[in-house]
Amino acid sequence: MHPAASVIFFTTASGAGYGLLFLMGIAGAAGLVPPTLAFGLVGFTLAFGLITTGLLASTFHLGRPERAWRALSQWRSSWLSREGVAALVTYAPAGLFALGWVVFGEARGVWGVFGLLGSLGAVATVICTGMIYASLPTIRQWRQPLTIPGYLAIGLYTGALWMALLTAAFGGTASVFLWLAVLAGLATAAVKSLYWRTIDTEAPVTTSGTATGLGSLGRVRLLDAPTTSQNYVMREMGYRVARKHAMKLRAIAAVAGVAVPVLLLLIAAVVGGSGAVVPVFLAALSGSAGAVVERWLFFAEATHVVTTYYGAEAA
Amino acid sequence: MTMLPATAGAKKLGLVIDLDICVGCHACAVNCKEWNSGGHSAPMTDWNAYSGTESTDGDDAGAWGVWFNRVHTYEVGDGAEGRTVHFPRSCLHCETPACVTVCPTGASYKREEDGIVLVNEDLCIGCKLCSWACAYGAREYDHEDGVMKKCTLCIDRIYNENLEEVDRVPACVSTCPASARHFGDLGDADSAVSRLVAERGGYDLMPEMGFKPTNKYLPPRPGKTACGSTGAPSRLEQLVAEAADAVPTGAAIPATTGGKLLAWVDAVLSR
Repeated sequence: MHPAASVIFFTTASGAGYGLLFLMGIAGAAGLVPPTLAFGLVGFTLAFGLITTGLLASTFHLGRPERAWRALSQWRSSWLSREGVAALVTYAPAGLFALGWVVFGEARGVWGVFGLLGSLGAVATVICTGMIYASLPTIRQWRQPLTIPGYLAIGLYTGALWMALLTAAFGGTASVFLWLAVLAGLATAAVKSLYWRTIDTEAPVTTSGTATGLGSLGRVRLLDAPTTSQNYVMREMGYRVARKHAMKLRAIAAVAGVAVPVLLLLIAAVVGGSGAVVPVFLAALSGSAGAVVERWLFFAEATHVVTTYYGAEAA
Repeated sequence: MTMLPATAGAKKLGLVIDLDICVGCHACAVNCKEWNSGGHSAPMTDWNAYSGTESTDGDDAGAWGVWFNRVHTYEVGDGAEGRTVHFPRSCLHCETPACVTVCPTGASYKREEDGIVLVNEDLCIGCKLCSWACAYGAREYDHEDGVMKKCTLCIDRIYNENLEEVDRVPACVSTCPASARHFGDLGDADSAVSRLVAERGGYDLMPEMGFKPTNKYLPPRPGKTACGSTGAPSRLEQLVAEAADAVPTGAAIPATTGGKLLAWVDAVLSR
């Protein structure tokens, strides 16, 4: 599948934003962090900023962005529509929670309930994002039980990295989020390793034989394609990335996304106090870069069954 | 509304494509483009139509455009069992089309009255998700209009009372010079197309996807191993014998015939 930059940016940015919103909701309601003005301003700006720029970026790949609002109408059948609705609905409790935190300096009690509702909305939205991909039987690398856990783990992990930075900078029980980020990082590594092993070893779902129905007559291979140059279907669905290329990128995603950030978080844990801010910030940057590489691979490694009409023997 | 019709209508309009007959001339694809360039989905935009090489066009390389019909040619089987099969591919108007249910805007829909899958281009936001959901590559994106386009089963022909009744079939069907394409109601077991499917063992493409395509494909008939009573082999043997007598062997060609140059070429090639 062709990896569109806007979709990669949208899913990684909004994933981190919802991860952060999720943790701020729980931490605020549980009193794990002080509802100070500075923490609130920086935290909510970051969370809503990531979510909103992500949502806006997702409209960049539309042919008719001015009609984007119509995407809210088909929530009964479409995961993409559900994602849009969940994203918008989540703004309401999350916005009230931010109001309580920033204006009234209160994140517990009734404001905390709004926070928890915002956390719930954040989880629901990320699940909807994952389901857009996991619900497509045409792409076996997406229709996987580990697709949703992957989206949730990376959202939680990148959100926890930024939350660890906020608590290191503005107070609160920093060690909780530091170790949570370490655990979420390791969980992400486990989920993605298992995911990659699954898609590498699993049998294809379709062959050129079943696609054309000619398999019973013998091996089916393309003799002449319909067009001499690449058409839309080949450009959008036929994107291929060299195998060794993919392996290198997986290694980069693992090192930049998990190994380096976890090491930096451990350094931060040892240093402690305000000295932890710099290593945690670097960990958040490195982890986010790793998430982008992972998401690029999620698209580039996906093979669509339609390619079996265009010369692929299986997909 | 992207929910599928709750009660699937009895009528299922679709195509039956005979892979035994198709000669791979691409006339269906061309006439489809021709009709639809002025019809329901017009325009069917092309880009870089006069493009030189893909290397000079940058990212948007090569000539490409919106087509609803594509004809592939496959080689099937090996050796004496090998054969060439021409394979026209277009929207199959599935009974449970994922391209419809994934649509976030309601632009994609399946008609309850005849099962035709259409795009309302006034609602489409061009998110392309339907093209990801389609297993058959039936949906193509129009960069110029920013919307998705697809085969309409020539809805502006089949119900068009301004056309002669004989012409109220999809453009691809009316133009096929080999009559490899048939149009009709596959929901009616007694229709000509349904009987054709039953007789010839018509099948679904990629049944494992579960989209239940309406269009059916008829398999190529088995290759002939005997000639029957046409007398072809004996006539063929006679021709071969005549040909052997008519063609002189290399050594018998006089050096003067055709000049020295040809003789030299012959000698070189005979080494």
